[in-house]
Amino acid sequence: MTVPLSAYLLLSAYLFVLGVIGVATRRNALIIFMSIELMLNAVNLTFVAFSRFLQSMDGQIFVFFVMAVATAEAAVGLAIILAIYRNRETVDVAELNLLKW
Amino acid sequence: MTDLWLIPLWPLLGFLLNGFFGRRLGTSAVVKIACGSVALSLLASIKVVWELLGRPPGARRVEQLVAPWIGVGDFRADWGLLLDPLSAVMILVVSGVGFLIHVYAVGYMHGDRDFPRFFTYLNLFTFSMLMLVLANNYLLLYVFWEAVGLCSYLLIGFWFERPAAAEAGKKAFIVNRVGDFGFGLGVMLLWTALGTVQYADAFAAAPARLAAGGGLVTAITLLLFLGATGKSAQIPLYVWLPDAMEGPTPVSALIHAATMVTAGVYMVARSAPLFNLAPVSMATVAWVGGLTAVFAASIALVQTDIKRVVAYSTISQLGYMFLGCGVGAYAAAIFHLMTHAFFKALLFLGAGSVIHGLSGEQDLRKMGGLRRHMPVTAWTFLVAALANAGIVPLAGFWSKDEILYGAFAGGHFGVWVLGIGGAFLTGFYMLRCYWLAFEGPSRAADHGQHAHESPLMMTVPLAILAFFAIVAGFVGVPPEHGVYHRFVEPVFAAAGGTAVHEALLGETSMAILSLIVAAAGVLTAIRFYAWRPELPDRWAAKYPAAYRWLLHKYYVDELYDALFVEPIRRLAVWCWRGFDEPIVDGSVNGVGALVRAGSSMLRYLQTGYVMSYVLSFVVGVVAIVGYLAFWR
Repeated sequence: MTVPLSAYLLLSAYLFVLGVIGVATRRNALIIFMSIELMLNAVNLTFVAFSRFLQSMDGQIFVFFVMAVATAEAAVGLAIILAIYRNRETVDVAELNLLKW
Repeated sequence: MTDLWLIPLWPLLGFLLNGFFGRRLGTSAVVKIACGSVALSLLASIKVVWELLGRPPGARRVEQLVAPWIGVGDFRADWGLLLDPLSAVMILVVSGVGFLIHVYAVGYMHGDRDFPRFFTYLNLFTFSMLMLVLANNYLLLYVFWEAVGLCSYLLIGFWFERPAAAEAGKKAFIVNRVGDFGFGLGVMLLWTALGTVQYADAFAAAPARLAAGGGLVTAITLLLFLGATGKSAQIPLYVWLPDAMEGPTPVSALIHAATMVTAGVYMVARSAPLFNLAPVSMATVAWVGGLTAVFAASIALVQTDIKRVVAYSTISQLGYMFLGCGVGAYAAAIFHLMTHAFFKALLFLGAGSVIHGLSGEQDLRKMGGLRRHMPVTAWTFLVAALANAGIVPLAGFWSKDEILYGAFAGGHFGVWVLGIGGAFLTGFYMLRCYWLAFEGPSRAADHGQHAHESPLMMTVPLAILAFFAIVAGFVGVPPEHGVYHRFVEPVFAAAGGTAVHEALLGETSMAILSLIVAAAGVLTAIRFYAWRPELPDRWAAKYPAAYRWLLHKYYVDELYDALFVEPIRRLAVWCWRGFDEPIVDGSVNGVGALVRAGSSMLRYLQTGYVMSYVLSFVVGVVAIVGYLAFWR
């Protein structure tokens, strides 16, 4: 028995929305960051699924790119968070409001 | 022919060297560069004039193109130099008198804090003046006309810490601007009418293209003459020259007596082919010159500042030169320009020597008896004063007499009477000035005990200038037929002037008359100040109104203040308070305030909460995706 495409898409949509909700609601910068990773991986899942069902390697290749970007982003992002923490003793995004009016 | 550009090159180099490195070079190097560069100019001038003399009289005209400058369509103006007998006389005067004054200035300015700056300006002036007289077109003339004006401004205000000096510099510059504006318009009108600003082309085309006595040529020449009245301190723009005496005395001698102020006379003489076409302009030049000669001489009668007496005398003598130009006696005018350069520079340098010897005292009422302490200055000053008064056989006699003769022979009896009257006044004020300064008892607080003769650096130039003040006139002897006339006259003969050559007898009787008048002036001064010293005060008491008017220079400064300065000041204040601040500043500031108000409302969008940003992201993405998915 093969799993239908719609199942993959539903799962990745579920994961993506989970990520969006995480970014929108959580205040800890680290959690927000992890939620972003979750969104990226949800997208990766759709790519892989489509690749499998359309018998094309394009999706797989895209996933590599996304993973590479995600890694780089993780490195930079974590460094920023670390720097913020050293400066402000907090990673609560509600308190990082220097740029507001 | 030697390259003409070698003449102005040296002062330019001196200006650059002293200007950029003067402070590091040290005083003695600055002196060597400044005086040496002018000396080289003098040598180069002598060389080219010698070569010019070697040519036949008809071929004494050399034009050299140094570099192209402006060429737009039909319009051409180049760095072109012109040497003919007229500019030859001018370069000799400028570099010769200029050199002596440079040397004198080394002694006079000794110890001044801004020694290098002074010689930088002086060299720049010499360069500009040489270019002015050598230029072969009106535009180049105009550029250096402005450049000498700039140097004049810089040097009058040389001691700019003194408010009076700074004010005088500004006054000179602004009054000159009025005249220069006219000059500029004249050049433009000339170009519109003839399509060229080159002397040679313009003068060749003028008789055919401009109707003699027509409105156009009259307008051109009157505008040019307006420029000349500014630069050469004639009525109505003479007011800056007396105030220019705030500058160091060598500057007064070089710029405000010997060279720059004669630029106007030179320009009018240079433009003789145009002026000859405009009888109205000629009459204007003659009358303005004659009136200025008498007007300024009458003011000089009662002035008490030694330099101001000499300054008014300069204005008066410049008036004579214009009188000469106006009656068509151009050669006589340039002759007077040359002799005047010698004796007036000498008068100023003598006055400077007195001021130097008295540690800055300029008031004639506090001098007297100085001949005992400074004999060289006294004797040379006397020579210059008598030359200026026109006593035979000194330089001024020959040239002034020739101008007066030109006026008489040409039938211009009105200006001739003015000239004769001025000659009497000249004799009077010159001798008065000499007597008050050098003869009689000392009226100084310390009875002149500390007065001392100036150093050799200053007295040697005085002696050399005195020599020329005595002999310079002989190049013009016999009158109308001397070496000088054979040299210069062809320039003006070619200009289409009607030179008057009458029998020598008429000339001689005129000369005797003008000599008698001048001598009468001198003797009157001696009677007033030597034999009966109580007379001047009695006359002042007898005619208090006249005395007051003369002492206050006819209240012309006050009149100009009320007529021009004050209304313009009010207009400027109104523009500032009434237009600039509310309207110009207001619109700029208003735009700023508007942007500020608008953005202060928009800035509340920046909440600073990441969640709200993310929310707007998500809403945006949903909206875009929804649009793409369902509405397209």
